[in-house]
Amino acid sequence: MIPEIGHFALVLSFAVSICLATLPLCGYFTRQQGFLATAKPLALLQGFALAVSFGVLMYGFLAHDFTIKYVADNSNLDLPWHFRMSAVWGAHEGSLLLWVLILSLWGVAVALFSRGIPDHMSALVLAVMGIIGVGFLAFMLFTSNPFVRILPFAPSNGSDLNPLLQDPGLIFHPPMLYMGYVGLSVAFAFAMASLISGELNSMWARWSRPWTTVAWAFLTLGIALGSWWAYYELGWGGWWFWDPVENASLIPWLVATALMHSLAVTEKRGLFRSWTLLLAIAAFSLSLLGTFLVRSGVLTSVHAFANDPERGVFILGFLVVIIGGSLTLYAVRASKVSEPGEFAWISRESFLLFNNLILTVMAVSVLLGTLYPLLVDAMDGGKVSVGAPFFNAVFVPLTAILVSGMAFGPLSKWRQSDDPRLYRPLIVTMIVSVVVGLAWPITLSGEYSIATAIGVTLALWLAIATAVDFVKKTSNYGGVRQTLARVERGMIGMWFAHLGLAVTIFGVVMVENHTEHRDLRMGVGDRQQLGSYEVRMTQVSVLRGPNYIADQAIFEIYRGDRLYKTVSPQKRRYNASGMVMTEASIDSGFTRDLYIAMGEPLDGGDWAVRLSVKPYVDWVWAGAFLMGLGGFVSVTDKRYRQRAVEKKPESSIEGAKA
Amino acid sequence: MNPKRKQRLFIILGLVSGLGVAVGLVMYALSQNINLFFTPTQIAKGDAPETQTIRVGGMVADGTVDRDPQSLKVSFDVTDFDHNVRVTYEGILPDLFREGQGVVVQGRISGDQLLASEVLAKHDENYMPPEVTEALRQSGKLDKMMGAKNK
Repeated sequence: MIPEIGHFALVLSFAVSICLATLPLCGYFTRQQGFLATAKPLALLQGFALAVSFGVLMYGFLAHDFTIKYVADNSNLDLPWHFRMSAVWGAHEGSLLLWVLILSLWGVAVALFSRGIPDHMSALVLAVMGIIGVGFLAFMLFTSNPFVRILPFAPSNGSDLNPLLQDPGLIFHPPMLYMGYVGLSVAFAFAMASLISGELNSMWARWSRPWTTVAWAFLTLGIALGSWWAYYELGWGGWWFWDPVENASLIPWLVATALMHSLAVTEKRGLFRSWTLLLAIAAFSLSLLGTFLVRSGVLTSVHAFANDPERGVFILGFLVVIIGGSLTLYAVRASKVSEPGEFAWISRESFLLFNNLILTVMAVSVLLGTLYPLLVDAMDGGKVSVGAPFFNAVFVPLTAILVSGMAFGPLSKWRQSDDPRLYRPLIVTMIVSVVVGLAWPITLSGEYSIATAIGVTLALWLAIATAVDFVKKTSNYGGVRQTLARVERGMIGMWFAHLGLAVTIFGVVMVENHTEHRDLRMGVGDRQQLGSYEVRMTQVSVLRGPNYIADQAIFEIYRGDRLYKTVSPQKRRYNASGMVMTEASIDSGFTRDLYIAMGEPLDGGDWAVRLSVKPYVDWVWAGAFLMGLGGFVSVTDKRYRQRAVEKKPESSIEGAKA
Repeated sequence: MNPKRKQRLFIILGLVSGLGVAVGLVMYALSQNINLFFTPTQIAKGDAPETQTIRVGGMVADGTVDRDPQSLKVSFDVTDFDHNVRVTYEGILPDLFREGQGVVVQGRISGDQLLASEVLAKHDENYMPPEVTEALRQSGKLDKMMGAKNK
């Protein structure tokens, strides 16, 4: 009975989203306030219905209701309760339910926090989100319903969650990532709403800016969590693989980053309006494309599940409708977008344009590399794969160019900024970062690495330039506290985010160039040198977990003669599925991680063992955390909470001078 | 032409040429860095180049996995049930590497062997890498394999 409630709530939310997709639009075009006013209650109702539906599915997992096929396929009596909760989004149907739930929650948030926005505008935004909801709910109900029952002969036990996903990382990674992916739909909906209404001034930029920033922050954290999870759970110590599914999240992130910066120009100066609209469309379209790539299995990927081609066709069709529709609307309306105001060649606008150019090129090249195998296959060129060397060859130099420019942007001024005194602190910044950067590899053991020198120089360049900007502002405002109190929160967020990128770059450079890594054959009693440590394998035993049996090895790590730490990596075999998983032992530290994992058992009781020292690897994610934090800080700015007065942006006044 | 239009023209020209150069470089980098896929039969016929990194997909043939007792060297046959190719690898094999399971191997041809730099196995019981399916389809043994699996 209870699953039917969930199923009913899902059907109800589908009906509600059809109303949401149509009524406010009818109301807008026929100028009937009554229809327009349905948007907010409908959005709330949709959120409620989907929350009920989601809650029921979660209850099904917690209560071991194996009459629900999805539960039977992805759970087990022995599965611990916290993994039963995350199992809700562990496979296709449930993760789609999470997707639409989050979409509807963003809708609820727009309905609740849009008091500063004219009613017709928020109604149109919700209607566009309703259209997206219709597509995904139809997809769920017709091809991937999580509430399909196995009656009357329900299995007495489930076939278990994929062991790869039985990990705390899975509890947080998908919801975060989806918050980001789906959050970009808000920016998309704002862009669509302003195209539909023809109000193409820069107000929509102000309204959609905090939403975009929050979505971006979630996307950043989601990607970082995914990378961290891959690192300790399935990657054998790698943290990024240029896997199509990783790329599918990176591409929207790059475009969303460009969009955030472009929105700043549109909000503050009224410029780049049509470009910003296009980016908003592109960011969400690319996150839909990402969903398509993950869900259709057209690309070989570690994330690929057993797939159903029919599903791929459906999402592809939906993708065509959304992207085609939005681009058509854009093509019709964009010519009406005026671009008041002008800017000099050296100005903050130019630096942000440069940022957008590089980020777009990065996104396009990752996209090309990801889709290339599909293109070649479609043209009968045979099966090919594009590996990490391509992505590194393209991505790394572009990042270097981007970072070089990032120091100038914050120091520059709007409109015209060619006064050399503004950039004078960068001379010292450059000298310090180059000297320290060149010297840094000397302090490391092994051969001098020019790549490390360049990478560290860039990270320092960015970090010091960010600090310089901060110090300059504090001298303007007369103290750190006054600065933090008076400066725009977006500025503080930017400092966090730029510093975060510097931290990430430093981590990446160090871990990629200086990881010490050995695959060995080890037996009980064997000793191996690992960096400045000695690793001894002292014992191998069998251990019973709740739903698995593990071979567990004990390793003692010595520094000199002193026992530093004892770790116990495992090789688990899950009872229900028979799948084998590696549980690595990681000793995290500020300057390095020690990574020990068991490979496969060899003859004579020996094991294949992987030992690594990964310098500064945690900095990769710490930097991403700083970036995400920056995003959240910047939306606390009080101007986003003000009731928007119908005031013309300053730029249009300036525009008169042109 | 007024200065505003002129600026916009320059920006657009800059964007277009920048993107053009970028796409060109990307395509060049792609052509240098793609790994072509071959089936064991194609390799047996000598179609695969020796100078390039290639990918091979197929099943690990039963009873062919041979480990070196002293090190992590291992060799095995990958088969599409028509022809086999001998693969040698040094390192840790993926958790789901088994005889009779599908694998994708990346490496270089040397003589009659494939020196593998990477061995990929599937991560999901029911998932078959498209490359493996393709290899079995080309050798006409896909049905046989599916039959064996359902047995």
